[in-house]
Amino acid sequence: MMNNAALTDLIIKMADDELIQGHRNSEWTGLGPVMEEDIAFSSMAQDKIGHAWALYRILHEDLGGKHPDTFAFLRPEKEFKSSHLVEMPNGEYDFSLMRHFLFDLAEAIRYESLQDSSYEPFRLLSKKVKGELKYHTLHANAWIMQLSRAGEESYDRMQQALNQTIALAAGIFEPSQHYEEALIDDKVYPGEKELYHRWLDRIYPVLVKASLNLPEMSAIVPVYGGRHGLHTPHLQPLLKEMSEVFNLDAEASW
Amino acid sequence: MYGGGYIFDEPNRNQLREEQQHDEPEKLAAFEERIAKGEKIEPGDWMPVEYRRQLIRLIEQHAHSEIIGALPEGTWITRAPGFKRKLALIAKVQDEIGHGQLLYNAAETLGKSREAMINDLLSGKSKYSNVFNYPAETWADVAVIGFLIDAAAIVNQVANAKGSYGPYCRALERICYEESFHLKQGHDAFIELATGTPAQKEMLQDALNRWWQPIMHFFGPPDKSSSHSEKLMQWKVKMASNDDMRNQFLESYVPKIWELGLTLPDPALRKNAETGRWEYTDPDWDEFFRVINGGGPCNMERLQVRKWAEEKGRWVRKALMKPTEKRVLPVA
Repeated sequence: MMNNAALTDLIIKMADDELIQGHRNSEWTGLGPVMEEDIAFSSMAQDKIGHAWALYRILHEDLGGKHPDTFAFLRPEKEFKSSHLVEMPNGEYDFSLMRHFLFDLAEAIRYESLQDSSYEPFRLLSKKVKGELKYHTLHANAWIMQLSRAGEESYDRMQQALNQTIALAAGIFEPSQHYEEALIDDKVYPGEKELYHRWLDRIYPVLVKASLNLPEMSAIVPVYGGRHGLHTPHLQPLLKEMSEVFNLDAEASW
Repeated sequence: MYGGGYIFDEPNRNQLREEQQHDEPEKLAAFEERIAKGEKIEPGDWMPVEYRRQLIRLIEQHAHSEIIGALPEGTWITRAPGFKRKLALIAKVQDEIGHGQLLYNAAETLGKSREAMINDLLSGKSKYSNVFNYPAETWADVAVIGFLIDAAAIVNQVANAKGSYGPYCRALERICYEESFHLKQGHDAFIELATGTPAQKEMLQDALNRWWQPIMHFFGPPDKSSSHSEKLMQWKVKMASNDDMRNQFLESYVPKIWELGLTLPDPALRKNAETGRWEYTDPDWDEFFRVINGGGPCNMERLQVRKWAEEKGRWVRKALMKPTEKRVLPVA
């Protein structure tokens, strides 16, 4: 018998990260440094938001949660479990690109681990998103390499962006306050600590190839809080904007 | 291919060959004969200077319209109500940027670089469709744009896809294919509001009232006041007259709007049973020219957004243009 509360907790944090990251990606539409990147970020936004939608549907259909639209668009901020990394405004392309790299590699590792999950909906979903994430990580890796090798300004921006985002990105792996052991024992997923180490192993070779210096991770304090409802000041305005139309009449069909 | 920057010099300026400065009568006759036979003109073929110039102007403005057109709708992506609408809108706006990319590529085959085109957009030298100088004030505006502006664009693009310049026609075929999905997306959102709550209907009617004049402007000034279009039609650069396209649009879409119980803010709008053509009050053409020349409600905002994107993305484009430059690592 699965621990439904634990599953719900895990699904919500995964879905909220995807939704907010997708929202941020979608903000690049029309504003990218080159048209091709507008298109890439729009495309990834659709995938991320699509993943969030799929996870909210699992919650709705399998675990007695609310309708995905209602759940995503009308939930109060403190009930969100998104990490601080995805909540941060886009900044310039360097910040957005580095966040995309760190987030998407973490996401890829998480879904890979779910291929062997004891929870069937996770196995099915991870199979489905595998192909998409392959392109997201290819895109991230290629741009990190290219921009880190294209002259001083570009390199400096990449290194700065890495310094700015690394503690936030480590915060993705904030362990659940109550359910970590249950989820590991039930073989739902390997747990945040394990994913964190796999993630470091995955980002490190790319950073080395790009000649970027990964800060000493033991000295980094991961930015936690999002998983239990403590958010950056950036989340509330984002949610307000997201629900602006839906909230005009939540009963209406849009 | 990289680009999009107004910061770079135009690399392939002055490419017009000397002999093309004076169109030779035999070549011109052969060229016109090919067009009359329905052949496509390809990038390496001989073409009159004026044909090249007009095509660059046309395709460039079309490309600008796609990327500027992404902005009013783009501002609603983050506010779209519900997953279905949100995903459809992102996909739609993404397509529009993709169309811009296709069209800049098509225009580049005529010898003007993407950088030069973007420069001219940002300096105000090159125009884009007037319709995008109006604000999208509510969610209903997104439905009106997605349904009616896209429908209007399809009328125009389907006509142009039968034109004489090969690369432009091929780009348009693909664009029209995607636009037909946009139209469905817009129509679906439009019907949802038209058949929704009283507040939703009111929101839609309000948007329709505000957009009607820009939509009537969309096809350009009436034929009686349009200059120079005879040669362009002979060369199949322009494929249908402004009034004909406007009439075709009215014929297809006015009944669909009326069927939904909505009204249009023109009491004179009716189909003349005898002539088979639509009659309407002339929209304010002074306003049309005022907006084209920078006096619309959003001209400045649209260009400022593009300038922001160009300036903030400058370092990226600079980096892409020197992919071989390596950072020198200290040996020890």
